[in-house]
Amino acid sequence: VTIPAGPTPTSPTPDTPATLVSGNLADGEWHRLHPSTPLLRGGLAFIAILGIIIANLRERLFELVFGGSGFGGDPVDEIVDRGLIPIALAVIAVALILFIAGFYLSWRMHTFRITHELVEVRSGILFRTHRKARLDRIQGINIVRPLFARLFGAARLEITGAGNDANVQLAYLGSSRADDLRRDILTLASGSRPPAESATTGTPAAVVPGGVIGQRVAEFTAPELDPTLAPPTSVVTMHPARLIGSTVLSTSTLMFVLVVAGGIVAATVFHQFYAIFGAVPFLFGLGSFLVNRIVKSLRYTIAGTPDGVRVGYGLLTTSNETLPPGRIHSISISQPLLWRPFDWWEVKVNRAGKSSAQGAAGQQNTTILPVGTRAEVFKVLELVLPGLVDDATRRIIESGLAKATPDDGFTNSPRRAAVLRWFSWRRNGFALRPDAVVLRRGAIWRELVVVPAARMQSVSLHQGPLDRVLRVAEVDVHTVSGPISARIGALDAADASGFFRDVAATAIAAAAADRTHRWRSGGAAA
Amino acid sequence: VSPKYLVVDLVGTLITAVVMTIATGLPWFFSQFGPLLILPIVFGAAGLLNAVLTPRRVRAIGYMFRDDDLLFRRGIMFQRFVSVPYGRMQLVDINRGPLARALGLSELKLVTAAAASNVTIPGLPEADAEALRDRLVALAESRRAGL
Repeated sequence: VTIPAGPTPTSPTPDTPATLVSGNLADGEWHRLHPSTPLLRGGLAFIAILGIIIANLRERLFELVFGGSGFGGDPVDEIVDRGLIPIALAVIAVALILFIAGFYLSWRMHTFRITHELVEVRSGILFRTHRKARLDRIQGINIVRPLFARLFGAARLEITGAGNDANVQLAYLGSSRADDLRRDILTLASGSRPPAESATTGTPAAVVPGGVIGQRVAEFTAPELDPTLAPPTSVVTMHPARLIGSTVLSTSTLMFVLVVAGGIVAATVFHQFYAIFGAVPFLFGLGSFLVNRIVKSLRYTIAGTPDGVRVGYGLLTTSNETLPPGRIHSISISQPLLWRPFDWWEVKVNRAGKSSAQGAAGQQNTTILPVGTRAEVFKVLELVLPGLVDDATRRIIESGLAKATPDDGFTNSPRRAAVLRWFSWRRNGFALRPDAVVLRRGAIWRELVVVPAARMQSVSLHQGPLDRVLRVAEVDVHTVSGPISARIGALDAADASGFFRDVAATAIAAAAADRTHRWRSGGAAA
Repeated sequence: VSPKYLVVDLVGTLITAVVMTIATGLPWFFSQFGPLLILPIVFGAAGLLNAVLTPRRVRAIGYMFRDDDLLFRRGIMFQRFVSVPYGRMQLVDINRGPLARALGLSELKLVTAAAASNVTIPGLPEADAEALRDRLVALAESRRAGL
């Protein structure tokens, strides 16, 4: 794509309604980013270099003030010795000017616009890039505020598309404008034309007394979620004690304790006590992992908005993501063994888009509820799958989380499959709802996978030689790639093929009825 | 699929078998250590068995157009059925290897948003493959759905 490198290309979009909340950001014209963008993006390295140079010079200044001589090998000394100070200064000045000009230009050239159909971003000085994303293909919008950017009142808005490297990043925007812009993009993407009166009600953010500093402080301490945007009753709040408890009782901690115990036993048996020190790096790794996880999950909130589920977390670097309806491809509710006494569950989702702002090991962006009680799980499910959790489905899920009982709606593995599923064959089963597939797995690590039928990509049925002998088969419901695999093995062969047939039919029916890509346009769309 | 695909699959199988046999035979060749001879023999036998079973395997590959989805089947010992709704197809790919091209065959690949779907229909006569592709694209267009 070749774009004229003119600094201010004007693009006529006359049909803009200009009734959106942020007024001038989503009106279809080209806009620039927050002025502190270059500083936040590349400026940090620049400041660091400057700091090193100054640190070097400090020695030099000491020398000049207090006298003394005789140390060599420093490039700065060399310059001073040869009387090259003016030239050196000139070089530094030119470099500085070039840097600043470069940053300024790149900021000038980095423009974006939002129309009714597309989001477009253009950037680059020498190598121009121009990226367009269709609004009805948006998989999620994420607002990230790194600690440093929060000091400047800036935020990064990331529009996630499906596929690798399909994200559109707007880094950085003013903090409150980013929120407004997100609302507007979602309004546009939902397919509903904004009502005219919203222009009058949509006032800019309330002016906080106390000037810039006060405003920053207010933003820092503000609740993660704007209470005017979401009904606060639906918000699940994380209790720090539960978070810490759940992390401590997680599988990784258990593994670590086992390894250390094994190490200590081995060390005492063989009288090789220094071997204990081998555990120290493990300890550091585990400690940082745990702290990272806890810090990230603190201030976790989830709430339903008209334009999708909103998940926020983070203590210092906050992240706040909105997932429009119908963007969640599968859901897993799982419980490690040690969580069972507390009835804690973790909820994860598969999504087509991948945000680049991933947490530790990509964990955070797929975990929608790090830990919660059963009641909270249902709250989250109602948010994530609106219209799906009716009473019957609710009962299915309820029994899916519990111990298996006869006629609880699930078709389970036959007894002969106990060879393949030693402990879980009683629980290993599936249930089919008109709009979702529910798979139940695992006796020790209980897990329940829900795949909305409208999001299913394809279905496959496998049978290997061992399966054939046992007359069992495996059904695999394909969704977009993610941490969850909706696969259930060791089913009775007849059950499996019936399930395969039904799932395929359900998927087709649900896909035909699905309207979520423009979730507000079609009246009855849910 | 076309019976000519048997040739392609057979040649591929045999080449793999020969390469594996030679590769596993190298340690024996250099060391002349008797028991190591077992490796190439096992691999050679497995390759031969595989080649003998190839015709049945090729006959087991099949696909079926249903009202709203494509059903694909392959495998005898490891059976696999996949159903891909037309509306879910993201793109249709046609590949031709050198040997397949010599025999006028192509391979049709369906890509959905899920990496696991992975439906590849091998050994279609060239004209059939193109017709099939056009038909699939038309069907997908008429039943377009989001992700």
